[in-house]
Amino acid sequence: MSERLRERPSNRPMRKCRRCRAPEVVIELRRHNASFCRDCFLHHCREQVSRTIEEMRMIAPGDRVLVAVSGGKDSLGLWDLLLGLGYDVDGLYIGLGIGDYSRESGEATRAFAAARSATLVEVDLPTDYGFDIPGAASATHRVPCSACGLSKRHLFNKAALDGGYDVVATGHNLDDEAAVLFGNVLRWDRDYLGRQRPVLPASPGFVRKVKPLVRLGEREMAAYCVLTGIDYIVEECPNAVGNKHLGYKEALNAIEEQSPGSKAAFYLGFLARASDLFADDTAAAASELRTCPSCGSPTTAEVCAFCKLVTRVTVT
Amino acid sequence: MKVRLRNPRRELDIAGPTRVDALLRDLGINRESVLVIKGDTLVTGDARLDDADEVEIRPVISGGAT
Repeated sequence: MSERLRERPSNRPMRKCRRCRAPEVVIELRRHNASFCRDCFLHHCREQVSRTIEEMRMIAPGDRVLVAVSGGKDSLGLWDLLLGLGYDVDGLYIGLGIGDYSRESGEATRAFAAARSATLVEVDLPTDYGFDIPGAASATHRVPCSACGLSKRHLFNKAALDGGYDVVATGHNLDDEAAVLFGNVLRWDRDYLGRQRPVLPASPGFVRKVKPLVRLGEREMAAYCVLTGIDYIVEECPNAVGNKHLGYKEALNAIEEQSPGSKAAFYLGFLARASDLFADDTAAAASELRTCPSCGSPTTAEVCAFCKLVTRVTVT
Repeated sequence: MKVRLRNPRRELDIAGPTRVDALLRDLGINRESVLVIKGDTLVTGDARLDDADEVEIRPVISGGAT
């Protein structure tokens, strides 16, 4: 027998599905010390999302939900899960003008929506605002992710307000949130720590924002898409390659491999025992909001950051 | 067996038989950061892979602006 085949100790039992005890398992989740067959894994994903929405009061009965979709595994998986759980949910896709990546992600998103007869709202930065993300990065001399994140946050909120939606849902998963928390803690950034919550309540000028995937890792979301046949964009955004966020994820995965459950303990422990310690900083910032004279959005400055970006990029 | 990888896309020929965990370790890949796909389904770490198999090692990490 090959050396590499001998690695499973003979006294270790064969894996069985934790829920139904079937021997045909497709995934092991070391964090839960469990393996699952296909159907029970999909049940696990639905149950985690349903429980998160309910316990964290993310979506109320009758709410209209707008899910922000990029064509990737998390957002398309979330849309599929929310539709399956019976929510009134439409998709929002923002064309960022990032070459082939934007073209392919737009196609994947439209195909997903068409296959489910779901409503997709589209905003296109180049067409609707006269700039793209590479151009914004060049004009501002900052990394592309900076202009991208700023634009998406503004446009998610605007599209939800314009369309009469009650809540915006995004596909941030456990790994995303743990990596953001890791970065915020490294800098002890009190403002960001105060705002890092899976539910941001509605306030004047802002719709409620929720992250129903915070109990599912990105490996689980990729597995959900593969097992349900969701054709998502696997290739990473070319602008994200090498960014700090990915470095934090690699560091956390190295810890997770040695100590399964570390990421969940880090992030969910923060929510349970530490996030309230930073809430005062958030409240102080909210009290200083005024209205952007250009677009009407709430802002702490004279003009909101998105309108400032549009002016800078389209004038230069 | 044929092993497809991404970022960058490439294909390797690797001798079997082996197990998924051993394959990932030989390639220096953290098992928390990938799925291993055989046909249209997933395989777990202790699954046996033979010479005739074709598998994809798909990265699951993504991340841009939040």
